[in-house]
Amino acid sequence: MTEQATAIALDETGGKDDTRVINPIVPANGISGRALVVVIAIMAFLASLTIGLVTAISNAAESWAGDLGKELTIQVMPEEGRDIVADTLEAARIAQTVPGVLNARVLDDSALRGLLEPWLGADFDIDELPVPRLIVIGVDPENPPSVEAIQAALSDTVPAASIDDHKIWQERLHIMARTIVMAGIGIFALVLAATVLSIIFATRGAMAANRDIVQVLHLVGARERFIAWQFVRHFLFLGLKGGNAGGLLALFMFLTAGWFSNHLIATPAGAQIEAMFGNFGLGPDGYLAIVITVLLVAGLTAITAYISVVRIVRNMV
Amino acid sequence: MIRFENVGLRYGMGPEVLSDISFNIPAGSFQFLTGPSGAGKTTLLRLLFLALKPTRGLINIFGQDASDLSLGTLPAIRRRIGIVFQDFRLLDHLTTYENVALPLRVIGQSEPAYRKDVEELLQWVGLDHRMDAYPPVLSGGEKQRAAIARAVIAQPDLLLADEPTGNVDPTLARRLLRLFSELHRLGTTVVIATHDIALMDQYEHARRLVLNEGRLHVYD
Repeated sequence: MTEQATAIALDETGGKDDTRVINPIVPANGISGRALVVVIAIMAFLASLTIGLVTAISNAAESWAGDLGKELTIQVMPEEGRDIVADTLEAARIAQTVPGVLNARVLDDSALRGLLEPWLGADFDIDELPVPRLIVIGVDPENPPSVEAIQAALSDTVPAASIDDHKIWQERLHIMARTIVMAGIGIFALVLAATVLSIIFATRGAMAANRDIVQVLHLVGARERFIAWQFVRHFLFLGLKGGNAGGLLALFMFLTAGWFSNHLIATPAGAQIEAMFGNFGLGPDGYLAIVITVLLVAGLTAITAYISVVRIVRNMV
Repeated sequence: MIRFENVGLRYGMGPEVLSDISFNIPAGSFQFLTGPSGAGKTTLLRLLFLALKPTRGLINIFGQDASDLSLGTLPAIRRRIGIVFQDFRLLDHLTTYENVALPLRVIGQSEPAYRKDVEELLQWVGLDHRMDAYPPVLSGGEKQRAAIARAVIAQPDLLLADEPTGNVDPTLARRLLRLFSELHRLGTTVVIATHDIALMDQYEHARRLVLNEGRLHVYD
């Protein structure tokens, strides 16, 4: 006795004890049905994986741009006859007076040394080199300061100071992020198209195996709506079964990748991955996209079954 | 009940397999449709069952012009007709009981509502002990009786049977014929397609519709 058969028996008898277990009109199991579930699961997995990656990259790209937009950098160049340390502190003080600037942080010698170390090695005296000093300006994202206003305020007192709003970097990052997201959407569209076609063909194949049932039902006087409902219900169940399996597998992949990235974060490779993709966290929109993909796949299966039934019935008339 | 006027049918661009078929089937009548193999008996039954559309001519069934029937009205007509197919057309994944109950299930009757009728009918056709068996394990005669039970369970106005004794021995054939005559006695109009002359001779009062080379001759 299948679960579906029991459910229908209960359904048709109102749950009475003297139930005769009756089989569903559309057989619950069959080779074509099992093959369809596997096809749906694979395609739902690929589609979920793609849409999950696209949303993760899109979120990471937004976060790169957002982080850059939250800061400005003032660079104070060394000049003959001027005290670069005093100039730097003065520039930081002036910058803090500009509306929209939240804070100004002067990078100390050890921070500068850290920035130069990859190029110059550990053994150098920073005071003997004409190294520019840097001030990191935290800006209010709601009310960002005018770069020109900061530059104007600095030009009189600290002529050696120049401001960098990371615009070029930001633009490059925007273009790169947009390109990656667009490519991801393109790949998702292709995967979705392949999913749609695979599911349509697999469902039609499974329906062909059930053609006799449609014909017999029609010949014993079943209405088109009744026949269609039997198959739509069955194929919706198969679609949800396959779609859930694929979607859950994709979620498992993301969770596993997230776990690995969290555990690798201390390594250089982990840091690079973290910088590029965040921590592989999907976020609510990623989960929503996967749920929508699974529902889409199940719905598509049911709709294809409905169209196939209607086509078979109308060809018989 | 049913009227054919100058009905002709051809498949595709081929020759007419049925030509100028004209006859009436009065309500409550019993007739054999006979003729040599390939004469078009099954085709004529399919026309009667509205599974085929004629190439020309008029078919009037239960007072309605068949050409005016839409997909929406067709099931209501089909429910008034019971048909026994030559190849039975039982669903292999349903038990004998479920196959017989199918016409009642598709009209929305609940299992407890039709259980008694189905069990009684299965007893009547001698299949009560095979109620839970699936068609692949039924013998030819058992399948035949299950198909007949399915055709009559909804008490149709018209019963069409295509070679219903083709797969059974003479004893069972006589038993099936008694079953059809009993249904006829209860008011069902019966059309049996057969080329079994011995079977027809057992029911001498029946009309005979004889098909030969695509043309029909009626012997009242």
